[in-house]
Amino acid sequence: MNLERRLLTEQGGPGHRGPELPACDVPVQPLADRLPGVRLRERLEFPEVSEPEVVRHFIELSALNHHIDRGFYPLGSCTMKHNPKINDELASLPGFALSHPLAGDDASQGSLRVIRELQRVLAEITGFSAVTTQPSAGAQGEMTGLLMIRAWHRSRGEGEKRRRVIIPDSAHGTNPASVNLLGWETVTIPSEEHAAVNPEALARELDDRTAAVMLTVPNTLGLFEPRILEVTRMAHAAGAQVYMDGANLNALVGLVRPGELGFDLMHINVHKTFSTPHGGGGPGAGPVAVARHLEPFLPVPVVVEQGGRLRLEHERPQSVGRVHSFHGNFGILVRALAYILSLGPGGLERVSRTAILNANYLMRRLAGTYELPHPEHCMHEFVLSGRPLRKYGVKTLDVAKRLLDFGVHAPTVYFPLIVEEALMIEPTETETLDRLDHFAEVMIRIAAEARENPQQLLDAPFATPVRRLDEGRAARELKLTWALGTGRPAAEPAARP
Amino acid sequence: MSYVGRTREEERRMLEKIGVPSFEALLEAVPAGVRLKSGLGIEGPLSEIELRRRFGAWAAANEGARCASFLGAGCYDHYIPAAVNALAQRSEFATAYTPYQPEVAQGSLTAIFEFQSLIAELTGMEVANASLYDGATATVEAALLARHSTGRSRVVVAGTLHPHYREVLRTYLEDRALSFVADRGGQCAPEDVQLALGPDVACVVYSYPNFFGLLESPHALHRLAHDAGALAVAVCDPIALALLEPPGAARDGVTGADLVVGEGQSLGNPPSFGGPALGFFACPETLVRRMPGRLAAATVDKAGRRGFVLTLQTREQHIRREKATSNICTNQGLLALRATIYMGLMGKQGMREVAELCVQKSHHAAELAARIPGYRRAHEGPFFREFVLECPRSAADVVRTARRRGIDPGVDLGQFSEAWRRWLLVAVTEQRSAEEIERWAEALREAGEGAR
Repeated sequence: MNLERRLLTEQGGPGHRGPELPACDVPVQPLADRLPGVRLRERLEFPEVSEPEVVRHFIELSALNHHIDRGFYPLGSCTMKHNPKINDELASLPGFALSHPLAGDDASQGSLRVIRELQRVLAEITGFSAVTTQPSAGAQGEMTGLLMIRAWHRSRGEGEKRRRVIIPDSAHGTNPASVNLLGWETVTIPSEEHAAVNPEALARELDDRTAAVMLTVPNTLGLFEPRILEVTRMAHAAGAQVYMDGANLNALVGLVRPGELGFDLMHINVHKTFSTPHGGGGPGAGPVAVARHLEPFLPVPVVVEQGGRLRLEHERPQSVGRVHSFHGNFGILVRALAYILSLGPGGLERVSRTAILNANYLMRRLAGTYELPHPEHCMHEFVLSGRPLRKYGVKTLDVAKRLLDFGVHAPTVYFPLIVEEALMIEPTETETLDRLDHFAEVMIRIAAEARENPQQLLDAPFATPVRRLDEGRAARELKLTWALGTGRPAAEPAARP
Repeated sequence: MSYVGRTREEERRMLEKIGVPSFEALLEAVPAGVRLKSGLGIEGPLSEIELRRRFGAWAAANEGARCASFLGAGCYDHYIPAAVNALAQRSEFATAYTPYQPEVAQGSLTAIFEFQSLIAELTGMEVANASLYDGATATVEAALLARHSTGRSRVVVAGTLHPHYREVLRTYLEDRALSFVADRGGQCAPEDVQLALGPDVACVVYSYPNFFGLLESPHALHRLAHDAGALAVAVCDPIALALLEPPGAARDGVTGADLVVGEGQSLGNPPSFGGPALGFFACPETLVRRMPGRLAAATVDKAGRRGFVLTLQTREQHIRREKATSNICTNQGLLALRATIYMGLMGKQGMREVAELCVQKSHHAAELAARIPGYRRAHEGPFFREFVLECPRSAADVVRTARRRGIDPGVDLGQFSEAWRRWLLVAVTEQRSAEEIERWAEALREAGEGAR
């Protein structure tokens, strides 16, 4: 018998089944009469597994995951903070969970109220005049924002001319990918010494072909752009719009409003800043907040209020159109609103202040052990370099893998691209002093191991459910489904330690 | 509430370690003029009790959610087995990040691999990805892939595709790149598609079943598309595919669809006002390097044991930046997990039973409605789970009347087009009992009285 953990398809067998369905209580006709001329499938090679075994299977899988409820997750630019449980319960209320997106405005006043309220508080937090909550994720928010910028240029007769977007080399990869989706061109500008936007480099590229400048604030090194007001003024003087990537909003809430920095629009990752669960890779939501001049271009439909009654307005001739099958990731929006209201203005400010304090504290604790390329005070995250360990034959990847043995998730590694062997660390406000100290001690110990026993790091992790996985083999063999092969070894595997 | 565990004394110690006199010193890079002077104009903090009260009242204001639902149109009320919620709500899945460190994410990765396997089988394709945002954007991504793969620009779209999906296509693609083929009697005539084809066409997009619930003949469209050198893109419903021959399968010498995409909400996910939703995307192995979104693959660890990782990340934005196959950075992980648990629980037999119940119940409802004076089916032809009723008065009126009886009788298609104002799109899933269907028919009768 093979002792390897089994996939669903390797369990159960013919005749096994899960939950029963009620017998058909309407007159049954042969399918051939119901669906004349329609070809039915002959086989459906699905698993046949009893409910207890399905439950065990997924419980077994669940135990293999690291997750925020289990431990620290210092992933830079990902803002892995506590996900309050009350928010999940509220999103699951039958009145929300069962509400249908096409039931009509009269029957959906509660859902529309949630959307409307969230848009209002997000506008207040970001300092913009209106918000669309339709985009499903940050990247879709970016694309929606760029479409609005294009529509604005077109409305001024400059749509054909302005097709270039200036992006610093420290930006998230989604920025240029979103630009490409519009068929526009990305112009990358090098960062200056402290990774800030270089106004001179910007000035060289800004011209009447520039549609927009996309910036992340704080930038991906966790640093606030000291000359941001000058940068946004320059862009506007050249007729461009300025877009803010809101991935790092957790540093600003209650302290600074991007609308007051001269930005024209931004997206918000509610799964980062506003605590909605990451779900192992989604769903998130990526609302976009815009200044008044961009309001006519918001995606349709827009929630409007008249005499206390909410309705969806579709007739918006300048709108960029629809970007979601229905109204965006509503269940996620409920959670984000609950989070914001549970904190209130004071709690929100405390989030940012604590996130900044935590990041600076960790940065100083680790600065002597790892290289700190940018020694200024950081905002909510900071970037270290693993370069000093290179002389022992140890890479940042090895540090990341060894961290897993201590019950800590690895930081974001090898990003931003402008720092060699980068370790991008964002502790968030969630972590207590005790946790931060634990993490610092682990990082210091790993650096010592690199000196004394580098092989230990090259072989890590040891305490995880599987050892280091062969990613090259995965890409070569491309076993993407169990029909193509499950990678199950032919021979009996060695007994587990 | 702040969810922050920190005392003033701890703060003082931390600032001391950092070497600054006060927190404000950390913000030296922020121009003083842009610091927020007064607090945000937001309500709160609200305690859990207050939140429950507030959100409870809003949830209760959704009248529609209290009715027996005959609503569909891309978002369905299918039964969700209790085990789906119990398993998917676990923190281990819900609060995990994207599985970039596979050694501590085998739970999520194995589930994604199983999701890909199940979707590939259901669609009759070789491979599927880890999911996309929703059915509409999965359709867009299919059109974009077809354009890249063929080097052609125009996309021919059956007019019987969901109107919202057509709108989203219009948002993403320029107008001149889209040709919509109007329907005849709710179906897309192959001769009309033929007229729209040309050497610049990258793909033909159609839906199966279509927006009106009708089952058109997919292989006629595949043949037309392939003869013109274009790809065939099928936008499908996964419950229907448990019963119907999947469009990915070749038949009688005619090749199958090249891309099969769609909305997976009906696999174990609640309607939730239309989101979060679950886009799925399946294709042949030959197109996998052009595929958007995340992919999990099987491999082995250092000790030779099976494990799973994200693969072909060189297609993705965080590596390829502007050269990526798409800008997508997330998948709908938790919804894909729910779909995987659902498909695992229902299994071979249960999936087919759900689909058959949908057919039997929706056809029964259509027969009852046809006997009510003033109502008739708007289209001919076989349908799955959903059909359009032409009402003796506006569908909006019918909805209003029926709702008073606790029935949401269908989607008022008047919201899409003035020409459809008397059309009600009725979906009947396995959830609707014979008694509810009787009450639905009664409500229609009542709404129709005196109208003619």
